[in-house]
Amino acid sequence: MAEESVLTDDFLRQLMNVGEVDILVGLPTHNNAKTIGSIVQTIQIGILRGFPRERAVIINVDGGSRDGTPELVTGVTIDDVRPASNVYALRTLHSISTKYANSPASGVALRTILAAAELLRAKACVVLSPESSNIEPEWVSTLLGPIYRDRFDLVTPTYRRHKFEGLLITNLLYPMTRALYGLRIREAYSPEFAFSGRLGSQFLGQNVWNDGTDEAAVELRLTLAAITGKYRICQSFLGEKLHVERRGADLVPALRQTAGALFSALDADFPVWSVVAGSQSAPTTGADQEVLLEPLRVNRKRLREMFSIGVSELESIFQSILSPSTLAELQRIARLGEEDFHYPAELWVRTVYEFAASYQKGVISRDHIIQALAPLFRGRAFTFLTENRNASGADVENNIEGLCLEFERLKPYLLQMWKSRE
Amino acid sequence: MREMIISELSQALHEIARGFAHFLPRLIVMLILAFVGWVIAYLVKAVLRSLLRLIKFDKLSENAGASQLLTKAALPSATEVLSRFVFWVAWLGFVLLGVNVLGILGLQEQIARFFLFLPRLFVAMFIMFFGLLAAGFFSRAALLAGVNANLPSPRVLSLAVRSIIIVFVLSVVFEELGLAEQTMLVAFGIAFGALMLGLAIAFGIGGRDLAQRFLEKRFVREEKDNEDEPSPL
Repeated sequence: MAEESVLTDDFLRQLMNVGEVDILVGLPTHNNAKTIGSIVQTIQIGILRGFPRERAVIINVDGGSRDGTPELVTGVTIDDVRPASNVYALRTLHSISTKYANSPASGVALRTILAAAELLRAKACVVLSPESSNIEPEWVSTLLGPIYRDRFDLVTPTYRRHKFEGLLITNLLYPMTRALYGLRIREAYSPEFAFSGRLGSQFLGQNVWNDGTDEAAVELRLTLAAITGKYRICQSFLGEKLHVERRGADLVPALRQTAGALFSALDADFPVWSVVAGSQSAPTTGADQEVLLEPLRVNRKRLREMFSIGVSELESIFQSILSPSTLAELQRIARLGEEDFHYPAELWVRTVYEFAASYQKGVISRDHIIQALAPLFRGRAFTFLTENRNASGADVENNIEGLCLEFERLKPYLLQMWKSRE
Repeated sequence: MREMIISELSQALHEIARGFAHFLPRLIVMLILAFVGWVIAYLVKAVLRSLLRLIKFDKLSENAGASQLLTKAALPSATEVLSRFVFWVAWLGFVLLGVNVLGILGLQEQIARFFLFLPRLFVAMFIMFFGLLAAGFFSRAALLAGVNANLPSPRVLSLAVRSIIIVFVLSVVFEELGLAEQTMLVAFGIAFGALMLGLAIAFGIGGRDLAQRFLEKRFVREEKDNEDEPSPL
């Protein structure tokens, strides 16, 4: 069991005290002292309500908190939540904690959880994010139920979101994953998900841990591994997704974690995605997606300006990445005024596919390719916001579906570029 | 008198003939060395060219910005230039070895100097190439960071980064070649100092408002910024 090496001796001792479990809840943290107490209580209530007869453990993997987060996790006792849950556990519910590093690293955190799950022979595992401020006790059984009772291997969430939240998901990650891998998973990259012990063990043995660049989006890699390994996948509706972080400056890291991770997986997964045609829906519990329509203040003008400046200033970089016709078209729309500006779906899909092919060929530094996508994404975001300004939830869904079909229609274009590589 | 002239002339002719007879084999050796050297240099060129094509050296050179310089100078591709350069250096080396065999006094010392200079030339070329590569990489990184941070004039920032690295690389290259070391050191010091002073003055006085905006943006996070874009994830 080579993965034991990622676990410290102290943590191994804690795991040995716990023994084998049925349910494992992974909780990666970093300075979450303000909310972690109530989150652990919520999780405990969720376990007591949903799995009172099962052996369960809550494992906190901490990335070097300085506010006493790990102590708060282990300090919450089951007696605190019994009155609230109104049910009683028939088994001991353990809460243990380990520090995996002095700074947060989501890949290392998940690897620690996977290694612990394998060691404890957990049948079903769920990872929950302490950043989700509206976590409910039902989330535990909603995510774990399909794994534990219906023998699914991966459960990804669906959320109720504002129509303009998660634009990178709706305009790139979801449609491209769907078109290439053939499965309609709305949130392939999410901080909340559940997986079976066998998927966890198989993924732990994969060679995705040696490359530091991939570790940043290891959750996405788990989803892709489940698809390519033909594991049973379903979606469960969790309710509203509330964000702690809303800053637009986070676009480049977000692109690295989504587009970068997806592009880097395409090479190894080529035998799988190259033969997939069309897409199938994944089994879903609850709503597939719910859209909130309340007004949201967005600086659209800035998005368009940053697109136009990007197209103009990065011309020399785009010449290495994009085809002449795509670049010419981008330069044409960059000159349009705010009223006339439109970044059509077909051009956006061609742009993304050409970026993916250039990433694979490594025409310039791969990280630079991902960074160069940021201003173009802002242009596409502007068009999406404009098109859906007065749209109903159904209209927004129709527009996203149209974009997905465009990604599927143009897939042969990506294949053609992929096969013509030098 | 007549016999004496004939005798001297005959002796001179003998000397020439003996000298020529002594020189001819060396000349033949030199020609053979030059021919063998040409064959070897040609083979080295062919092997190097294939190797460079295999490792996609032209692409590397394009990324470094060296290809653009070559195109502007109406020169062939980086692979072709490097393989031709190695051919000429290798062949010239053999020719000079041949010349050395001729035993011409004075030339031998120059030839020895040439061979001692070769390693420094290659190191200088190595530094130059990777310096250009670094300049291309960091100027592109600066350009992308400038554009994504919505900084004004990101291309100027990128150009400044490239210029600083190239000036530094050139000074190291000249020092390695041993060409006007003192002059280059002083010139580099003056150029670098002037550039930094110029940038400081331009940023601090000429672009006072710009500097203020930049620093505010960098260190004062306004609530307004949070409302600019919806969350991408």
